[in-house]
Order: sequence, then structure tokens, then C-alpha cells
Amino acid sequence: MSEVKFSKEHEWITLEGDVATIGITKHATEMLGDIVFAELPEKGSNVEKDGTAGVVESTKAASDVYTPVSGEVVDTNQAIVDDPSKINEDPEGSAWFFKLKMKDQSEMDSLMNKEEYDKFAKESAS
Amino acid sequence: MEIKKTSLNKLHQINNAKFVEFAGYEMPIQYGKGIIEEHKFTRSHSGIFDVSHMGQLFIYGDESLAEELEKIFPLDLKNLKLNCSKYSFLMNENAGIYDDLIITKIEQGFLIILNAACKDKDFKILSNILGTKFKMNLDNDRSLIAIQGPKSVEILNSIINGVDQLNFMTGNWFDSENQKLFVTRSGYTGEDGFEISISNDKVEKFVENLIEKGAQLIGLGARDTLRLEAGLCLYGHELDINKTPVEANLRWAISKSRLSNGGFIGSKKIMNQMQDGANQIRVGIKPEGRLIAREKTKIFDDQDTQIGEITSGTFGPSVNGPIAMGYVDKEFSKVDTKIFLEVRGKKHLANVCALPFYKKNYVKGVN
Repeated sequence: MSEVKFSKEHEWITLEGDVATIGITKHATEMLGDIVFAELPEKGSNVEKDGTAGVVESTKAASDVYTPVSGEVVDTNQAIVDDPSKINEDPEGSAWFFKLKMKDQSEMDSLMNKEEYDKFAKESAS
Repeated sequence: MEIKKTSLNKLHQINNAKFVEFAGYEMPIQYGKGIIEEHKFTRSHSGIFDVSHMGQLFIYGDESLAEELEKIFPLDLKNLKLNCSKYSFLMNENAGIYDDLIITKIEQGFLIILNAACKDKDFKILSNILGTKFKMNLDNDRSLIAIQGPKSVEILNSIINGVDQLNFMTGNWFDSENQKLFVTRSGYTGEDGFEISISNDKVEKFVENLIEKGAQLIGLGARDTLRLEAGLCLYGHELDINKTPVEANLRWAISKSRLSNGGFIGSKKIMNQMQDGANQIRVGIKPEGRLIAREKTKIFDDQDTQIGEITSGTFGPSVNGPIAMGYVDKEFSKVDTKIFLEVRGKKHLANVCALPFYKKNYVKGVN
């Protein structure tokens, strides 16, 4: 599996072959608070880099989830739809959102590594 | 304008509060554990709320004061017993609501608790009507604390002996450590609890004492989910200048004895609506599944005709599902009516339901 990469919209992404797994970061869940609703893209649909690909809602507000890369949705994580609190519990592990079959792996290049993201998250929070 | 802080600001910080600006004040939206934990703790134990941003308006006067206030509020104030509280409204001539409030008869007059965002405007409106005949004090030297939840009576009574003898919607002055506190048995969560008016210089120590006895600070986030589960209105959402108490389904708050003769501001409209019904009415709404419909969500019938709008919507932690309130045309206001909520471009099924979503019994028969 590839190194974990991060987007400015607070998604994380890993790549295995040409299939990317995408979720939201721990930092994002801390900003959102208790997540009580999750909506995921439909399996088989195509999503475009930086486009919306889902929604999470906390007790306070709704937030769009973006996809950091383009591709066809090949799997979604029903467990987080059934119990959205799992997203707060394990955001960067078992609570992944969706898997994409990527078209253009060079889209990964512009994303941040862990160190860059941590710095970005710290700055954007202050 | 500089943001205002309550006397508990430092204590909020020490307790890891996340702050938001609310009605010009820096207020805690939540503390370390988050809204759902805070909500559940209040329902099972005892939550402390800093509501010092709300207005505490003391109006002093003799019997003529009750008479003058009856020209404003739809209440039987001449017969309101000492230390008894009533929920009411400040309205315009069209019965549009400037503010919702709690008015309590005290020995020298009345104490009115006003919403933070409305208090200065309310003061002006009331001063204009009442003139200079009565002394009015929007008291900034006092803080207001709510303690809510099943353990609250035991905790508060261990500090202020005798509060357990208060009935729901009554209050009294109590002495605690050489100061006078005004305590009412009331709240905004659907739980048994109290609201305590206390001088600013004593409030921090008082709240620390409550925390030591097992209560915990709760933010505005959980205050909102708690009040919504309890079916209670929030000014600026369910209530505003374009809504009347009848439309808001708050007929119960209008004293029956005032309906035959009117004589209060907005009485004509109220009496008409009481007779003919309002075109739109506030209802409880339960979306199917887990969908959350927020404020401003449009409500449709099964013919795609818009019939109303959501005024508050969230996830109810104790209900364990989404809940909302909103206004619908009266023919759609019956319980179990199927309605559709437009969220992110799609229509989702929901049901009109009875309020509150979550019910507990208030203490009525202590003495």
C-alpha cells in the first residue's frame, strides 16, 4: 500500500494497485464534533477530483466530503452510514468512506504527505 | 463592537470550552467531551449551563404595575401569586413575537428573563410603553446559571438548603454564604432543574462548588439538542416577529381570563386566530432513517407543493435519531401526516409527530 496522502479539504487517501481508499482525517472529525450522519457516493458512479462525493453531519452542521482524486466508485463503507459515530472513533482506519478505481494516478502527486498535512492542519486551525 | 464575556469565561476556558459568538457574547458551544456526551450527562446526571447572557429585567412597582403589564402581556398578572412564574411573549400589534420570556412575581414587582439577542430591544420597547412611572433595571451585575437533570435537586439542595421544596415554575430568594440568590425551578431541557440568579462576583465559586458535587458544565450545543428534544421553541428559529403565539402552537401560554376582553398588545389578532385557527402551525417532525433536515429545509406534500419550512433540525441523542420542528399549512399539521423534506436536492419522507420528542415529568406536588 502507498504512503498516506492528504488533501486541503481534510481527506486522506491510500493507493493499492489502482484502487484508492478515501476517508476524512482525525483533524476533520475533531473540528466537526460528534458525527451523526454520513452519505456516500453511489457504487458505480464517477467522481471528479475536488468534487463533492458525500456529506457528513455533526450535531451542529452539515459538511460536504470531497474526493481528492477522480475515478469510479467501486466500494463504499456501509458501516459508517449505519453507525456514523464510528467515524469519530477510527477516522483514519476502519471508518474509510469509499474506494475509487483511479484513472490518472498522477493526481496523487499534488497531495500532501503526513508531515505537510499536519503543518497545514495546525495552521488552518489557528 | 467588542465581544462581551460572562463572569464564568475563565472557568469555561479552564474546562476546555470551544467558544462561539452568540448574541454578542463569547459563549461555550461545547467542552472537551462533545455535545452528545454533554447531552446524555444532563439527562442522566446534572448539567450546569451558563446563561448569564440572558437579560434579567427587574421592574418595581405596586398593584398598578400588574395592571400596566397586563396591557402588554397576555397573562392574568393581577392574580399571579408571589414567586410564581409564567411563560409569555412580548408582541407587536399583529401579535408578532419580539421575544419569548419568563415573568415571575416578586415582592417588589416582577422579574422578567429575556433572550440575550433581544434584551436591549425589549428594554427599549417596555420603557417606551411604561414610561418613567416604574423603576426598571436590566441587571448586568447578576449572572444566571441553570442546573438541569435528575441529580440537580440533590446537588443544589446540598448547597442551598430548601430548594427541593420548590414546585415547577415557582421560585424564591435563598440565602447562601451571606448573599441573596433568586432560585426558580425551571429550565430549558425537559428535565427537572433550577435557574439561579447570583451576583457576578460570587458565581465562579458557586459553579465550582456545583462541579465539586458532581455536576458538569454543558455548552450551548447540547442546550440546543436538549431543548429541541423537549419540543421547546428557540427565539430566532421557531419564533420571530412574523410568527404569532397561536401559529407557534403556544395557545396554552395565553391566560384564558384574558381572551374574553383582550386589552393586551396583539390581542385582536390572537383572539381571531384562536377562533378561526392559524394558516400555518408549528409541529414536530421526524425524518425517516437518519437524515437530518436543518433550518430552512423546505417541506412538501406528496404533490410536490411546498407546505412549509423547517425551523430547527438536528440529531436527538436521547431519541437516537433525527428530529426537527417547523411550520406547515394547518391541513398538514395532524400527527402522522406524511410530508417530504427537500435536502440536497432530493425529497425525503418524514412524519408530523407529537411534541415533545422526549418527555420527563416536572416536579409539581412538593408542597
